[in-house]
Amino acid sequence: MLLTEQQRLKEDIGRLVERYGAERSSLIPVLQDVQAEYGQISEYAMQEVADHLGIHPVEVYSVVTFYAFLGETYQGKFVIRLCRTISCDMAGKEKVARQLENDLGITFGQTTKDGKFSLEWANCIGMCDQGPALLVNDHVFTSVTSEKVHDILQLCRKSFGPLAVHDNRHEEARA
Amino acid sequence: MSANRKGLVTFSTIDPNAALAAAVAKTRAEIIGEVTASKLKGRGGAGFPTGVKWNLAAAAKGDAKYVICNADEGEPGTFKDRVILAEVPDLVFAGMTIGGIAIGAVKGIIYLRGEYTYLREQLESALAKRRAAGLLGPQVMDKAVAFDIEIRMGSGAYVCGEETALIESLEGQRGEPRNRPPFPVDTGFMGQPTIVNNVETFACVAAIFAKGAAWFASIGTEKSTGPKLFSVSGDCARPGVYEFPLGIMVSELLREVGGENAKAVQIGGASGHCVPSSEFTRTLSYEDVSTGGSVMVFGPQRDMLAVAKNFMEFFVEESCGQCTPCREGNAKLLEGIEMLEEGRCSAAYLDELTKLGEVMQLASKCGLGQSSPNAFLSIVSHFQDELMGRTHGLVR
Repeated sequence: MLLTEQQRLKEDIGRLVERYGAERSSLIPVLQDVQAEYGQISEYAMQEVADHLGIHPVEVYSVVTFYAFLGETYQGKFVIRLCRTISCDMAGKEKVARQLENDLGITFGQTTKDGKFSLEWANCIGMCDQGPALLVNDHVFTSVTSEKVHDILQLCRKSFGPLAVHDNRHEEARA
Repeated sequence: MSANRKGLVTFSTIDPNAALAAAVAKTRAEIIGEVTASKLKGRGGAGFPTGVKWNLAAAAKGDAKYVICNADEGEPGTFKDRVILAEVPDLVFAGMTIGGIAIGAVKGIIYLRGEYTYLREQLESALAKRRAAGLLGPQVMDKAVAFDIEIRMGSGAYVCGEETALIESLEGQRGEPRNRPPFPVDTGFMGQPTIVNNVETFACVAAIFAKGAAWFASIGTEKSTGPKLFSVSGDCARPGVYEFPLGIMVSELLREVGGENAKAVQIGGASGHCVPSSEFTRTLSYEDVSTGGSVMVFGPQRDMLAVAKNFMEFFVEESCGQCTPCREGNAKLLEGIEMLEEGRCSAAYLDELTKLGEVMQLASKCGLGQSSPNAFLSIVSHFQDELMGRTHGLVR
């Protein structure tokens, strides 16, 4: 990790602890924000959080490894979580899964080399009446077909990275 | 009440502010008396009488007390809490506020599952509006009672729907269930008396104060009062959230949702029971087939072993690993299902697996392990012929 990057992480964690309070009960909110911003909770981050909260880093590690949405390994900018529970399964999640793997060139549990997409299974995401369903970060997509997979991925690519289409309407509105 | 319709029929007609106004005019004992009189039972699935829970928490001594709304709706096939939070969140907030007044708590926490993060923004803005309107804050409705609500997010662990695991998670720990007793009403969040209720339970509380305990108790059956939301999915023409009085027959529900030709229905999600077509005259109620609201319909073409396998894979992944019956038992049952799939399971071994399932029901620490064999056991008992003697996996 670059020193500047480490410095940024350190400062961010300091700010988060200040916002949520230096208590044990703030641990998960702090970790959730670190995960969202950095796509992972690195060893360095765990040590830093532990120092701020006055607990052993192993305590932080045990929490990070328990929850499906927190993790040590880097997750892409867009984490795609396809529901695999029975209702989505019966609605045809397998075809969607194959299409996602084909279009991204990775299998479930992997991240694309450009660091943009991670593919994960999810257990029931509460969209059983509109399956197959998937989450892209915090956004939900329902009744997904293998055709729709391409549109969803394009939507992600257009919102971030070299193919991003810059939306300057906000700036125009401000000007 | 026009119950036989899709959607939040009752709940959308309730005025949350009227409910809160009716409650703040009462004493704490009167509020709890009203909830008890309604015979409301917990809507998350366990069916514990809400009035009893609140009474215990009100009587418990503590420096601070807490009201927790369990919005960690992770049970497969359940999505009614999502719909309540998206469409009538104020009912839930009003119900929580009433709970706070009843037990003497000034702080409420909504534990929202991480998968529902997209709901957070609108919930926060609904809370902000309530603060601005004086419905939350240091003086609720200008009375000398304070109450406010905070939203905390889950991080993708099904077991955190178990109330003590949820509290552990709120305290910044791994979501591992605690031994009970002590129960949260006595030793809950931060060791203080805490009530943990389901989203729909709080919405019911608001309904009770808006329309009266007698009205609520007149709906449903003697032991299962009130309307109930059902999340219907699977092989039916019209999946979605339905509201019916408790005590509805499975066959009636299937007619409403267009799933008459089902061969089985899974009631109560992965941890619930599989009801075969021969038993569709059974009723959805606490005294018969109990459910937190999940109804999954399986059409004639479905392979029940594949269903059992999907559920068991779910539990192998979601078991917190703390106690042995659940951690090892679920893995062993999944292995057995794979043997059945390959046609290599003897009747004697299937018996062993059934016994293992019963041991797990008895010996697991929390509701997850106690209920995870349910689906497997009920599928084995009703569809044994379909499960045994498979040939496709045999190498001859």
